[in-house]
Amino acid sequence: MSNNNWPLWEVFVRSKNGLEHRHFGSLHAADADMALENARDVYTRRNEGVSIWVVESSNITASNPEHNGELFEPAQDKVYRHPTFYNLPDEVKHM
Amino acid sequence: MSDEQVKSLEEIFEARIARDEKIEPKDWMPEKYRKTHIRQISQHAHSEIVGMLPEGNWISRAPSLRRKAALLAKVQDEAGHGLYLYSACETLGISRDELYEQLHTGKAKYSSIFNYPTVTWADMGAIGWLVDGAAIINQVPLCNTSYGPYARAMVRVCKEESFHQRQGFEIMLKLCNGSPEQKEMAQDALNRWWWPSLMMLGPTDAESVHTEQSMKWKLKRKTNDELRQQFIDQTVPQADLLGLTIPDPNLKWNDETGSYDFGEIDWDEFWQVVKGHGPCNKERMDARVGAWEKGAWVRDAAMAHAKKKENKKLKEAV
Repeated sequence: MSNNNWPLWEVFVRSKNGLEHRHFGSLHAADADMALENARDVYTRRNEGVSIWVVESSNITASNPEHNGELFEPAQDKVYRHPTFYNLPDEVKHM
Repeated sequence: MSDEQVKSLEEIFEARIARDEKIEPKDWMPEKYRKTHIRQISQHAHSEIVGMLPEGNWISRAPSLRRKAALLAKVQDEAGHGLYLYSACETLGISRDELYEQLHTGKAKYSSIFNYPTVTWADMGAIGWLVDGAAIINQVPLCNTSYGPYARAMVRVCKEESFHQRQGFEIMLKLCNGSPEQKEMAQDALNRWWWPSLMMLGPTDAESVHTEQSMKWKLKRKTNDELRQQFIDQTVPQADLLGLTIPDPNLKWNDETGSYDFGEIDWDEFWQVVKGHGPCNKERMDARVGAWEKGAWVRDAAMAHAKKKENKKLKEAV
């Protein structure tokens, strides 16, 4: 078996203008051009997209779920970032 | 990690699944969960890939351009489904090459149904109608399974699968409304595909070793016997509509259960095929391994070309 393996790419597709690119899945390809072509065939056979991004998976840095505590806890005690934290009389309209 | 730590992690993990939380690739998971998922997802991916072979047999002999285009699109979908599933499986820390190797060496299984031959055009109808029909029944509950990447792949698969079954039924309908010879051909295909389709939903609950654990992990939401009953109940009226006879003399509506009773399945045949002694096991594997090996130079050439382009870009930058 050949060990000359094609790298893994992550595929992001914009379903229509006005929407963001969303992660659709991944695939193997020799280079970025081939990844785009393969992504077209694998993920948009039924007009699912108007734009495709491909990123080699090894270029993605991901957070570690085991560190979710340290990473996301700081946001938890900041209720004053939400509008409902502020007490206003009912008479105040449009706010 | 100590045994105690693992045990408490396992408890937290089981509780998350019980709350219907999804598990994502980088989350901690018990080794057995990982292994079971690799086994099931890869088996599923392999089935999609090998499943292209019996139908590929008829692409060049489809009776019209319309049928040919539809069959091509269906086979292309199956390649796509295999690719979604392989990618989902790779998130569990196994490489594509390892997965292929397991398929090619026979270590991993694929659905036994694809080891039956496709001898007439009507088989394209019967496969779409029955085999894809059974597959849909199996797959719909998996859209809610606990492992995120698998569930997402299944949502996409299920969306696309419905055309497969409809195009199959349409082929059957056309044959059944055609000449007596054509109708005979449709009946013959039903006769040959009916029992393997029932077997496709897996061994009986009493014989199924993985069911209990898989139900707990929501890797399975209904037992094999429940799925089989559902398949039979929804397919019998469709056969009536076609004017075809299901090849089971014991098939009978049961007022009490609100379901069809059916005859004994030949499980010896099922296990024979699973163990590699079906009519086409060897042919399928030879075709698959041959395609992989003959394609090696293309994969190598694509990599060499990619590297050359990359080097050229680097040189131009200097």
